[in-house]
Amino acid sequence: MSLKQNLHNLKEKYRGTKMAPAFNAIHTFLYLPNEVTHTGGTHIKAADDLKRTMNIVIISLIPCLLFGMFNAGYQHYAAIDPSLRGDVFANFFTMDNLWIGIIKVLPLVIVSYGVGLLVEFIFAVIKGHEVEEGYLVTGMLVPLIVPIDTPLWMLAVAVVFGVVIGKEVFGGTGMNILNPALTIRAFLFFAYPTWMSGDKVWVYDAVNRTGTADAISGETILGSYAQNQEVIYSTWDKFMGFIPGSVGETSTFLILIGAAILVFTKIGSWRIIVSTFAGAAVMGLIFNLVTSSGIITESSKFYGLMNTVWWEHLMIGGLAFGAVFMATDPVTGSQTNKGKWIYGFLIGFFSIMIRVFNPAYPEGVFLAILLMNVFAPTIDHYVVQGNVNKRLKRAKVKTA
Amino acid sequence: MSKDIRIKKGLDIKLVGEAEKNTTTSSLSSVYAVKPEDFHGITPKLVAKEGAKVKAGDTLFYSKSDERILFLSPVSGKVTEVVRGARRKVLAVKIAADTKQVHKDFGTKNVDKLSAEEVKNHLFASGCWPFIKQRPYDIIANPNQAPKAIFISAYASAPLAADLEYTLAGKEAELQAAVTAIAKLTEGKVHLSVGQNASSLFTSLKGVALHKVSGPHPSGNVGTQIAKIDPINKGEVVWILTPQDLVVIGELFLTGKLNMTRTVALTGSQFSTPQYTTAIAGACIADVTAKNLQNNNTRVISGNVLSGKEVKEDGFLGYYDNQITAIPEGDDYEFFGWNKPIFNKISTSRAFTFSWLTPNKKYDLNTNTNGEHRAFVVTGAYEEVFPLDIYPMQLLKAFMYKDLDEMEALGGYEVAPEDFALTEFICVSKQPHQKIIREGLDLMREELG
Repeated sequence: MSLKQNLHNLKEKYRGTKMAPAFNAIHTFLYLPNEVTHTGGTHIKAADDLKRTMNIVIISLIPCLLFGMFNAGYQHYAAIDPSLRGDVFANFFTMDNLWIGIIKVLPLVIVSYGVGLLVEFIFAVIKGHEVEEGYLVTGMLVPLIVPIDTPLWMLAVAVVFGVVIGKEVFGGTGMNILNPALTIRAFLFFAYPTWMSGDKVWVYDAVNRTGTADAISGETILGSYAQNQEVIYSTWDKFMGFIPGSVGETSTFLILIGAAILVFTKIGSWRIIVSTFAGAAVMGLIFNLVTSSGIITESSKFYGLMNTVWWEHLMIGGLAFGAVFMATDPVTGSQTNKGKWIYGFLIGFFSIMIRVFNPAYPEGVFLAILLMNVFAPTIDHYVVQGNVNKRLKRAKVKTA
Repeated sequence: MSKDIRIKKGLDIKLVGEAEKNTTTSSLSSVYAVKPEDFHGITPKLVAKEGAKVKAGDTLFYSKSDERILFLSPVSGKVTEVVRGARRKVLAVKIAADTKQVHKDFGTKNVDKLSAEEVKNHLFASGCWPFIKQRPYDIIANPNQAPKAIFISAYASAPLAADLEYTLAGKEAELQAAVTAIAKLTEGKVHLSVGQNASSLFTSLKGVALHKVSGPHPSGNVGTQIAKIDPINKGEVVWILTPQDLVVIGELFLTGKLNMTRTVALTGSQFSTPQYTTAIAGACIADVTAKNLQNNNTRVISGNVLSGKEVKEDGFLGYYDNQITAIPEGDDYEFFGWNKPIFNKISTSRAFTFSWLTPNKKYDLNTNTNGEHRAFVVTGAYEEVFPLDIYPMQLLKAFMYKDLDEMEALGGYEVAPEDFALTEFICVSKQPHQKIIREGLDLMREELG
């Protein structure tokens, strides 16, 4: 008997039992189900389902993941021997670099998926709903937005928290208010602040070597600016991503390729991506104006970040990654087209504001997105209310 | 003066199996059925008894809520069976047709001289009232509420839809008589929408406000046209008729005979020769599709693929339908079907699906859902195919959590299930939009009246 027939028989055998959702998840991973449209609705259906949609997001993240693996090694060795930064092309795509990526980044991916999917399966079995696809994307996002040296147990604890409190308590995929990946990131940030910020966490092994003879520095660009220090990276490095930072967020170039995939396939909202960058640019310009007019002088602790040219803000830190992969989450973002413009703009605007004014941690994207996640339903409410008012206006019968 | 309506949002679904313009005459079915479920929201009170002899035009049952609304036998013969379901609900009244058909005579009328009341009474008596549907709620019109306008869509944009210009050719006199008569039923206008290249069959009708519509489906849906011409507000009612039903009404006034014979399009890839045929409403599907249907794992639909109803081969042609569609059943698994590139299905996204490359290709779609039922996740997609000034996802959600205030405010009065056929088609979460809308409308009718 063929695999198809065997799986079909198993499905029939376990139908209605507690284990059915877990079995179906594996079955539908291998085969598109044999479900047919019900008899009184649309008899035909378009080709794509939620799995396909989520799959495209994962594909668009893969360049960032691969780059992040090479970058993990590159930043490690370049921190030990700064002369490596001289010829990036010769020293970036090397097996040594990739090896660091494999031993540091892959375990993050495996723990993220392993723990997250386990929680999803447990909830599916207990609550008797199907295992839904949302975690496929969350599981890939999480390793890309954490520092390279994040201990695996911390990640595991955070994933459990994020999936349960960020999603399952609201009813699962499609029902959550906050972006689950960012909930996980926020948990890590607030629960283990010393591991998640500062100047030692962004480069592999920097923490261990602190105070020793071969100590390595791993300051991010934002960290340098926040301390009003010179930044050693060129614009080219910043755009291409040869800089320290969270695993997947450094290469603006590859993030834009991911954005192109999302927008072309109509999976990600171009409105949100464009408006987030626009919001960030506007806030950046405002800060530039403040410094150029002399209101804030070089003695201020905010001067470094405020004086950063507005377009540079778009390339450094997690802004691009957040704009393309986080803000566009359709469940937690604004759902109306007009709302998406407002939502994205405010994310960009607040990202740069928080980035500049946050004394503890010079980054604001994830906080800005979580903040706007909370306000997205309000934005939508007013957009929809506009439509309702239009209807009320033309009605002749007024209700009390 | 015609007013042009241009629709930009929407989607033309091109399928194989378009009916050739060639009409065969299908033989008289041995058995016919009138199904109360075709008349949504009606509770039938039976008149016909099993074993009784009826003429074409004799009453089978009437509406419990309004005894004037009669449902007549489309053929003469003997009532063989009253099929009942759970709680003795009447599912169908079956009539074995006589070989020689006898029609009840309702008398000819001069439509120009009739008063509104006389038109109404004649439509009641002759069983033609069920042809008039109303919005809100998409049900048979309530005769006690005056409509602000009457809408007729003479432009069919649904996939593989029967070409009305072809099926109704030569029926100018009937159409004109019916339009003249029903125009008396409203103080407002009778809006007739036609396609860009409509022939004189429709454009020469007098006493109507003519609109030319263009753009992708659902531009031909009467709901889209109402929204563009004169949207429905709270407390208002519009009536809707289809051109083919107008022909029946027209013939009634001109000849005194209720003739439910119509030209039906046999469409879809499972017909060996998709073409037109004549049939009487309620005819047995097997007789209408005889020798043409490839019956290996086929779904037969009375109506179109977007909003028709599944019928078995021993089932019956729907009361309002002028199309039978047959497509392959898709009850099979597809290995890695959720992530491999797809060339043989339609999609509005470009997620490894390539129908955007070949906009004119005709597809042979089956009934597979292409995925499992999920909560709403993707946003902004429905809006691309939904031309009404309504937020489709928000309305659907309001209909699901049954908040009557929101259902009302977001446009519940303006929609019918078929308006959500395209959003249901493209829905990534495979939600049953039309079912949600139908149930929501029923609830609104119950609670808000």
